[in-house]
Amino acid sequence: MFDVWAALGTPEFVHIVGLSLTVSLSATAIAAALGLPCGAALAICRFPGRRLVILLANALLGLPPVVVGLALYLMLSRSGPLGALALLFTPGAMVIAQALLATPIITALAHRAVEEPWREYGGALQVEGASLLRSIRVLLAIVRRSAVTAVLAGFGRTISEVGAVLIVGGNIAGYTRIMTTTIVLKTSEGELGLALGLGFVLIGISIAVSAGAFVLWER
Amino acid sequence: MKLRQFFPLLFVALLGHATIAAGQPAAQSIILASTTSVENSGLLAHILPAFTKETGITVHVLAQGTGQALQTAARNDADLVLVHDPDAEEKFIAAGDGTDRRQIAWNDFIVVGPRSDPAHIAGSHDAVAALKAVADAQAPFVSRGDKSGTDALEHRLWRVAEIDPAKTGGGSWYRDIGGGMGAALNAAQAMNAYTISDRGTWLSFGNKGDLTVLVEGDPSLLNRYHVILLNPAKHPVPKQDLARRFAQWLLSPEGQAAIGEYKVHGEQLFHPSAAQPK
Repeated sequence: MFDVWAALGTPEFVHIVGLSLTVSLSATAIAAALGLPCGAALAICRFPGRRLVILLANALLGLPPVVVGLALYLMLSRSGPLGALALLFTPGAMVIAQALLATPIITALAHRAVEEPWREYGGALQVEGASLLRSIRVLLAIVRRSAVTAVLAGFGRTISEVGAVLIVGGNIAGYTRIMTTTIVLKTSEGELGLALGLGFVLIGISIAVSAGAFVLWER
Repeated sequence: MKLRQFFPLLFVALLGHATIAAGQPAAQSIILASTTSVENSGLLAHILPAFTKETGITVHVLAQGTGQALQTAARNDADLVLVHDPDAEEKFIAAGDGTDRRQIAWNDFIVVGPRSDPAHIAGSHDAVAALKAVADAQAPFVSRGDKSGTDALEHRLWRVAEIDPAKTGGGSWYRDIGGGMGAALNAAQAMNAYTISDRGTWLSFGNKGDLTVLVEGDPSLLNRYHVILLNPAKHPVPKQDLARRFAQWLLSPEGQAAIGEYKVHGEQLFHPSAAQPK
């Protein structure tokens, strides 16, 4: 384990941890900004195809990261439709990949959480003449504990993910290398002890962030 | 905390990311699609700082197998390649994808395996005969199976030996793992199997366990690394000039000296050969 402690203090490692957190928190923030209101709207609004969208959000909970990564790679490739954005092999591409993975999770969980209060308070909100936006805000405030869990589930997906970011990020040293891809790399270099040590560090960071957020919002 | 207090936080997180993105030198960087053997051995990490210091150009390295690296470049997603599979490289050039192929260094491939050596190949200098012996003994053999340069070399050797390993003796001794060099060495170590490795990855590999070098010094095990630029006629990549500067630096006396002085555990991993290609 001596290797691990020696590795922890290096600027490379600080960058890797910082990038891991930045990418995953950004992706979670985007997924929450999309998923929480969309999930609530799905519980509130009645429109044709609504059940299909709900089914889709739930079905996509098991979206395979490696397929998301590959599809995004083909989109962002310089010879792909979005090649002009020059996002492939950048942290931006990694944020998009992780946001795609986390959005269905947060949407499906938010929808489930808002269903019940909508049945209870929906009538009152409609009598009051509340707009959709206001209804979403009121209902999400009521279920905010469940909403926190939904966001943390999304964060859990992003921070632990490796398949998609490896493909669209490229694991470039000092640029797109994050915790999970470093662990894969160290394993392939036969540095199994170091890889495992970094794994424990990743688990620790993931737990600390989730627990911190939980405590903050539970108050 | 109320939900509406969450959104300013969200904004801060997004802003944080935008700052990171803005902090990157976007214009002065190129993407080098290369092989795991030059990246994981630490060679590029050793030589790139000198180039970046001299030119201000950052080189982003994708460590892939040779097959994947050439594919990445053919899709315009890299600015140049550094690979080691002569046949695939010639096809890449013939297809009009690449140009200016130049050798920058060489080392060699080795056959590694367990000390117990059930196929009795230790000390041999004939790779084909050694593989025949492994197939005859049906001793476990790990194949990369990932279309990398090392994988291509292995399949060339089987062809010369006139053996189709996947169909020999039920094939259960021949294990195609579809992974990188490190993954193959980890697998061989765990399964007491033989495998073929490039010397660079082997020397810097940290989980050798009971594995040892059994066959080396066969001329057919020569491992040549070439840098190839993208053909501007087919790939109008915007950073052609920067890529060319990097290729020229690799071939220059400074670049060649930097390659030659890289050592792991006191052993030189790559022999510069721009002046006298092997």
